[in-house]
Amino acid sequence: MRFLPSAEQSEFARTLHGLLGVSEVPAAVRAWGAGDHGPGRALWSRLARTGLFALAADEAYGGVGPLPVELALGFVELGRAGVPGPVVETAAAAVLLSELARPGAEGEEGGAEDAGDAGPAKRFLPGLAAGEALATLTLPGGGPYALDADAATYCFTVSAAGELRLAGGGPGVPLGSTDPARRLSRPAPDGELLAAGPRVLAAAETALGWARLLTAAQCLGVGEALLASTVAYVKQRTQFAVPIGSFQAVKHRLADTLLALEFARPLVWAAALGLAPREVAAAKLAAGGAAYASAMTALQLHGAVGYTEELDLSLWLRKARPLRDAWGSPSQCRAAVLRGAP
Amino acid sequence: MDLTHAPGVADFRAEARAWLAEHVPGSPLPSLETAEGFAAHRAWEAALHADRWSAVSWPAEYGGRGVDIERWLVFEEEYWAAGAPGRVAQNGISLLAPTLFDHGTPEQRARVLPPMASGEVIWAQAWSEPEAGSDLASLRSRAVRTGGGWLLSGQKTWSSRAAFADRAFGIFRSDPGAAKAHQGLTYLMFDLRAPGVTVRPIGRLDGKPAFAELFLDEVFVPDEDVIGEPGQGWRIAMSTTGNERGLTLRSPGRFLAAAERLRALWRSAADPRDTALRDRVADAVVGARAYELFTWAAASRFAAGMPIGAESSLNKVFWSEYDIALHETALDLLGPDAELAQGAWAEPWIFSLAGPIYAGTNEIQRDIIAERLLGLPKGRR
Repeated sequence: MRFLPSAEQSEFARTLHGLLGVSEVPAAVRAWGAGDHGPGRALWSRLARTGLFALAADEAYGGVGPLPVELALGFVELGRAGVPGPVVETAAAAVLLSELARPGAEGEEGGAEDAGDAGPAKRFLPGLAAGEALATLTLPGGGPYALDADAATYCFTVSAAGELRLAGGGPGVPLGSTDPARRLSRPAPDGELLAAGPRVLAAAETALGWARLLTAAQCLGVGEALLASTVAYVKQRTQFAVPIGSFQAVKHRLADTLLALEFARPLVWAAALGLAPREVAAAKLAAGGAAYASAMTALQLHGAVGYTEELDLSLWLRKARPLRDAWGSPSQCRAAVLRGAP
Repeated sequence: MDLTHAPGVADFRAEARAWLAEHVPGSPLPSLETAEGFAAHRAWEAALHADRWSAVSWPAEYGGRGVDIERWLVFEEEYWAAGAPGRVAQNGISLLAPTLFDHGTPEQRARVLPPMASGEVIWAQAWSEPEAGSDLASLRSRAVRTGGGWLLSGQKTWSSRAAFADRAFGIFRSDPGAAKAHQGLTYLMFDLRAPGVTVRPIGRLDGKPAFAELFLDEVFVPDEDVIGEPGQGWRIAMSTTGNERGLTLRSPGRFLAAAERLRALWRSAADPRDTALRDRVADAVVGARAYELFTWAAASRFAAGMPIGAESSLNKVFWSEYDIALHETALDLLGPDAELAQGAWAEPWIFSLAGPIYAGTNEIQRDIIAERLLGLPKGRR
């Protein structure tokens, strides 16, 4: 038992952290929200060179995965830095296509050995794994909106009936989100049919689990960034001639924020180790809740300046709530935690 | 990163499970906060000790099995899952014993630990005083030098288990002239039946004498019962609050078992349309798992030689507040039966209410988290 990231895993996270620290992410987030995807795409390319997106894709199609622990640790860093774009969705699409291509066990479908459907994987995965293409997607059990379809190279849809399609007709006009850097749209229901059947639904369920896990990891990073900014602020903000961080009311709220994050972290790790649906739901519930609580603490302790768009803090504040609900709301996750339990 | 047990752990788990299945009493023992229940729990400690299950992490020479922290946590999982009795020897085993391992002499360990492991001597703690609670360093009880030992005088209070225990440990002011409050304190062990000791039991919320006041009037303590150097009591007492004690005060196994019982109660008793209650049951299940995993991560750091310091304050705030929420959910599931004092959840609920107060109030713990983990400036409390 060594329930800690290995030296290599920690080093990978540190590499991403270092890269993102010098990448002027806040400017890319603001541009992204204004519809200018250039800085965000440049950031994406730099991230891809670390091998990040290859972690979700199968080795046969340009990937090195699936490596969920490494990916989850990486997504904590994406959350911490506030990286914009369909990062979770691109990874989930890579998982979906990899799963679809994987030969199934005998008898899984119709009794005969199932060779898997490698067509879509061959066509799309190398580009996704290399970071040349961005993907977004909608899945059964997820929400109806595709994130950042206007920036994505591909928009995949999986219907409740198990039809995997490449949505056509362009992204349409994005619907406004409470976070301007999250651009939502409803994918067209038609488009090229890529695959269909129970295998698609099974692959979609796996992809949904990964999306939930990686959103949880992203939430953890978002929450940590908000806590770190707020701790720094209350140390330097002076009222009544002392730093406000010396007041117990302020300290205790920050202590509770740290507590929630520190108890969510091992749930995210355990969820990444096995991707068991109940573990993933627990991780998402805890990390999403902790990130949102961290946002509310950050807002309150920054006071009025925290309520402004101008302060970069707003980029994380606005992200916390949608991420708490994306790919598994608290209510859905609580139901999943108890599902099938004795 | 992994969550798989080392080879041999499964065998250890199986051995513990088999022993517990054979020995755990079929019906609950009377409350350990009564004379009758205390005696029954003491006898249970002896039964555990007879097969070396009372302090598994101790070296064999003191009655343990010398197991590592991983196996200790596994034993605790099995212990609480089996519905085994509460541990009347807990104060000694989790507070005094680690102090003796770190600061005691071989002679003290050989003399004190075996009867602690067997339940022959049950220990109470004697920290708080009427005017020294969270501000423990302001304590006034004195230890005055005398031939061959010390004379203890003063008053201790909120001394858990002291109504029925045999001996107690605590810190006393041995140098009233020391420059600072936390200097000049000495860590001592004393006999609760020694001349000069008066024990006045205090009824807790449900009336049971779960703790006591201790009045000390020139109680003689021989030099052999001083732990560490005289004057170093504060440092000695604090050194064991920040190490593995943070892990051993409340094991995850206890909460995993309680969450499992809560889930079973929900399955059997709850209206499935009541999603508000369902959500609280889910939170209890998630909380127990979070606490378990947090502990495995901390144990892994400990095993890798990394220090466990102020993060034990995170641990304490979490379990104490979790414990209350879990029991409140159970009471809500029970409806009108919740109020019945003999119910399976009633006394544990009363017990849980003390959690945020003892072992360092949660307000003090949050100060520690903010100042030592987040680096916030000290301020007026």
